Amino acid sequence: MTTTTAKSDLFAKTSKRQKWRMFNDKLAAWVVSLGGMSVIVAITLIFFYLLMVVLPLFEGAEIKKIQSYALPASSATASVAAANNEITSHYIIDEQGKIGVRFTSTGKAISFYTETGEVISEKALVDSPVSSFTTAESSSGVVAYGLENGSAVVVKVGFDIKYAESGKIVTPKFEYILGEDPVDVFARGESIKHLALQNGEESLTLVSISDTNRLRLSVFEYEESMFDDEISFEQSDYEVEGINYTPKKVLLDSTQRMLFIFDDLGSVYFYDISDKDDVQLYESKSLIETGSKITDIKFAAGSFSLLIGYENGRVAQWFPVRDESNNYSLAFVRDFDLGASAVSNIASEYFRKGFISSNEKGELGVHHLTAHSTLLAQNIEAGKLTHLAISPRANYLLAESEDGKLHFWHITNEYPEISVYSLWDKVWYEGYSEPEYTWQSSSASNEFEPKFSLVPLSFGTLKAAFYAMLVAMPLAILGAIYTAYFMSPKLRQTVKPTIEIMEALPTVILGFLAGLWFAPFLELNMPGVFSVVILLPLMILLFAYIWHKLPHSLVGWVPDGWQPVLLLPVIILFTWTAIAVSPAIEAAFFGGNLPTWLNDEMGIGYDQRNAMVVGFAMGFAIIPTIFSIAEDAIFSVPKHLTTGSLALGATPWQTLTKVVILTASPGIFSAVMIGFGRAVGETMIVLMATGNTPVLDFSFFEGMRTFSANIAVEMPESEVGSTHYRVLFLAALILFLFTFLFNTMAEVVRQHLRSKYSSL
Amino acid sequence: MKNWIKSGAPWIWLSGATVSISLIMVVGLIGLIAVRGLSMYWPGDIHQMDVKNAQGNTEIIAGEIFDSEQVSKERLNDAGIVIETDQHIITRYLVKTGNRDVAGPDFRWVIENNIVAETFPEDIVVFERLEWGNLYGVIESIKEKAEYVVAPGATSAALWLAFNERLARATQLQEEITAIEKTEIGSINYDMERLRLKQRKLELANAFDAAARQNLENEKALLDSQYKSHQNNLANLYREIKRDSVQVKIANGTVVEVPVGHVVRAFKPNAMSIPQKMFFYVKSIWLFMTDDPREANTEGGIYPAIFGTVMMVLIMSVIVTPFGIMAAVYLREYAKQGVVTRTIRIAVNNLAGVPSIVYGVFGLGFFVYFLGGNIDQLFYPESLPAPTFGTPGIMWASLTLALLTVPVVIVATEEGLSRVPISIRQGSLALGATKWETLWKTVLPMASPAMMTGLILAVARAAGEVAPLMLVGVVKLAPSLPLDGDFPYLHLDRKFMHLGFHIFDVGFQSPNVEAARPLVYSTAFLLVCVIIVLNLAAIAIRNRLREKYKGLDH
Repeated sequence: MTTTTAKSDLFAKTSKRQKWRMFNDKLAAWVVSLGGMSVIVAITLIFFYLLMVVLPLFEGAEIKKIQSYALPASSATASVAAANNEITSHYIIDEQGKIGVRFTSTGKAISFYTETGEVISEKALVDSPVSSFTTAESSSGVVAYGLENGSAVVVKVGFDIKYAESGKIVTPKFEYILGEDPVDVFARGESIKHLALQNGEESLTLVSISDTNRLRLSVFEYEESMFDDEISFEQSDYEVEGINYTPKKVLLDSTQRMLFIFDDLGSVYFYDISDKDDVQLYESKSLIETGSKITDIKFAAGSFSLLIGYENGRVAQWFPVRDESNNYSLAFVRDFDLGASAVSNIASEYFRKGFISSNEKGELGVHHLTAHSTLLAQNIEAGKLTHLAISPRANYLLAESEDGKLHFWHITNEYPEISVYSLWDKVWYEGYSEPEYTWQSSSASNEFEPKFSLVPLSFGTLKAAFYAMLVAMPLAILGAIYTAYFMSPKLRQTVKPTIEIMEALPTVILGFLAGLWFAPFLELNMPGVFSVVILLPLMILLFAYIWHKLPHSLVGWVPDGWQPVLLLPVIILFTWTAIAVSPAIEAAFFGGNLPTWLNDEMGIGYDQRNAMVVGFAMGFAIIPTIFSIAEDAIFSVPKHLTTGSLALGATPWQTLTKVVILTASPGIFSAVMIGFGRAVGETMIVLMATGNTPVLDFSFFEGMRTFSANIAVEMPESEVGSTHYRVLFLAALILFLFTFLFNTMAEVVRQHLRSKYSSL
Repeated sequence: MKNWIKSGAPWIWLSGATVSISLIMVVGLIGLIAVRGLSMYWPGDIHQMDVKNAQGNTEIIAGEIFDSEQVSKERLNDAGIVIETDQHIITRYLVKTGNRDVAGPDFRWVIENNIVAETFPEDIVVFERLEWGNLYGVIESIKEKAEYVVAPGATSAALWLAFNERLARATQLQEEITAIEKTEIGSINYDMERLRLKQRKLELANAFDAAARQNLENEKALLDSQYKSHQNNLANLYREIKRDSVQVKIANGTVVEVPVGHVVRAFKPNAMSIPQKMFFYVKSIWLFMTDDPREANTEGGIYPAIFGTVMMVLIMSVIVTPFGIMAAVYLREYAKQGVVTRTIRIAVNNLAGVPSIVYGVFGLGFFVYFLGGNIDQLFYPESLPAPTFGTPGIMWASLTLALLTVPVVIVATEEGLSRVPISIRQGSLALGATKWETLWKTVLPMASPAMMTGLILAVARAAGEVAPLMLVGVVKLAPSLPLDGDFPYLHLDRKFMHLGFHIFDVGFQSPNVEAARPLVYSTAFLLVCVIIVLNLAAIAIRNRLREKYKGLDH
């Protein structure tokens, strides 16, 4: 009885323990699988996350209709308004897109809620009949009315934000920056038919053309009084002769020095008004082909580029270009095709180089100048649009249609500056005299045109990698051949760990030595370094020949395969001598200063931190990578191939070149590829040893900027989620794909090689 | 000769030469760093030279010889310096004259030809100061509260003795001041901040009632009173430390007043014997590794950088070891071998070759902004808009580096697992063990040296990688360490300093590059030592493994 209970006890205990063991096993399998899979998922996550951040760059724009309502009209009766022919001159939207201000041709500013069209208030800005209207650069908020009595009123529009119980209350405010009274322009009472103005830090310039074709420049210079914060201004007027054509529109650029007058025959007259007493005509040219007509002309953001809309549905960009003798002329830059119907209106964004266009058919287009892209072309079903206005943040649009309705739309257009063209092609940026590849991601001004060409960076990356491979390949491959084939095993045991240590050295240290020690050393001792590079192989061969010629009794005690040790003193001695003699060589041949000599005699610029320094430093960094893989490949060539070749009468050298290397060549090839991949991705050495200048120059005396250094330098300072941020992610993605591709190819080649060896 | 060429011997010699060149480069590099790094701490003699300057007058320059250079006469002419001599090659010395606040630039080039006379006065003292770098001069007198305690004209021995007494006192006071400022007041500030966050949290939850307010007020009052008493102590200590000052006559004859409280160390290199210098040398190296940095990282020690690196590597190891081993075990033991596992292995291998900056970018975008931002929203809404985890910090840096080095650990562990002979596995299973027990009790212990090799290689790589860290958490100067005495003791959201980044920052983003250069070499030497030691350990373990398993293979 007791034995059975003991047995059943034991059995019960064992089965409990068994259950626990089984559970443990299953749990372990589950946990390990989960952990393992999550690591692998995390690794692949990198690619997908980078892609996710980059993809929005290539999305187009989207618009969504919010509301359509009747035009916010003034409180005057409809008939009075109609009698006065009250039409819209301009719209301004506030920063948040909640309030709009409509400027009418009768001098009224009507503020309304953009979402509903409900009128908030109305202000009469002038009290005599109006003959013209203009705005300054849109971000300044300055507008001006030209009156029939020859005077002008200049108003600055702003928005006051007050915080109340119900939330934010935004009210428009109008400031007469030249005083409440209109400023006199034409004293004899001629009405101002065309007006242009720009407002700057130091002065405001008003350009007026009367109905008798008189052109007058009125400059108001600001003076800040020393005693209080009052700003007063001084008006000076200048009359310009020679307007013997019929002006249709006049525009003034943001520097207040370039004047554009467009006549009714499609020509532009481009004046230099930097000296108001002596206005010069730069040039006049026709902007149209025969038969076409100009329908709208506007400035782009920054008031530098002219956007000209045509009857055939084209919008062309022109801007002033300077030649070598500092003469300006207008150049055609690029154009956009909107379809076949005439362009009815163009509106530029406030801060980005983009614009919105509409045509007679009612199609709306969203475009960007630098990227030369049309991000949206959609018919908003409202008929012909007579006025367009964009909010400052380019996220809302007001469109007035011919039938007296106002339409309010929301725009999503986050990253218009990027297109395949702007990233990889030569782009003609504002202020440049021809299209170029430039990387310049930010500047101090608000209306800056970001230049995101990836070409200088790719060029810099490839240049750095090329010079590094130039240094590393001969040293690594020849070294690998020697170590795997000729070296004595004892020496090999010391050399291999040393090369592994070389691989483990942090690149920060290589970089700082290159930048702080080697670059000045090279500049000071250039003749010495060059003579080492050129003459050292000859010295080695000379020593080898002498060694060969020496009698066997003298040299026979040195076993085979110890050549590197024999060469150590030779190399050290020669290098030391060359560097010591370098100043003498420099004094004798190059006038004591080789970099200056290069600059003066050969016209080659010399940068202390240049491609040579990077080549040596990065070469040092990738030698061990190439060395270990190549050496492994050569060492693993089956011995029977070597012995068979030798048995058939070949010399060791012939065996090496014709049998071993050929067999191991895929391994050497994959080593080179992996080394190249590593050179492309190296960051710290490039950061410290080059000048980090994004230039496109093949010279190895100049610096460069690579993708990785660019990311390291610019990423901490870029705005999260902006175009710049995403372009840097794009650079990281390119690096990732490039190295991944190279490494995979190399790995596939190596696997193939391994299977080949096992079959031999 | 032709036969010799035909036999291929020239190529053999040339390829042997490439090996020599590589060896020379490695050894030369490490030697250069060692020599320049270690020589910084040897107290060099102070030269006092009478130098002919451009106007023809003689001026006295005193300082250490920092560097010497051989330049051609033409280069000097191009730089605007004209020497009357027949020599083509001219030697010039870079002299560290210090005295930056009273005598202009602290480094000067002196041309050998212009040196008229040179002496090594024993009385010259080197003062290492809290600000403005070194001061070189002779002690004239010592004042206490503007009255002479040791008047001018006393013997230099008496002056030196009195000065050292007062310096010891000032150093003691300085330590007390630092203890109060950093530790005590630092804790109070930290606690006050926590009170503020507590209040904000209650406000957000609409639970900030009168009782809670009263509690918080009480705690604040307590902290305030503690703060006041510390402030009183500090005021006393500052008054005490300002008491003494020493008057020093510098090379150009002016007498400078130096408050003893500003002096960190003072020594007379020309009067020290070799054993004294050796002792000083060892002490300097010790201070280098344990002191905080001064003068925008160009002087002082690198202790926070060492601490930050060690802390980050520790956290990284804690993350990478389990995950790397789990992934390797999964790949080799649990997953079905086939195309999928082969592609995964290729992918893991390739990831070791992806540039480290890409990991940094991923860490910044995904970990810091996405994960960190969400953590802030969920757990730290009271601190917003100031981010807690939504900004680079030590946790994200360790996580990024763990991701960077996980392929290394996976590959090493896989190799270790593959070396365990199948007979052992089969024997264990035959004896009735489950798969997990086989793994845990036989296979993994046998593979543990390989795992350790992998971990050591990962640590060595993490200690040297700088590029990703620049984006995810390293700073030039961290105000506090990630580990301190305030709850929760380990602050994973703090930024930290790193040895590799310190090298970059001190070498390239420093206001005074000449003074900083020896510090860069020393830090580099420390880093190289650490990495070489780790790698040699990994190599040794690996070689021992290979020997051990040679017999068991196949």
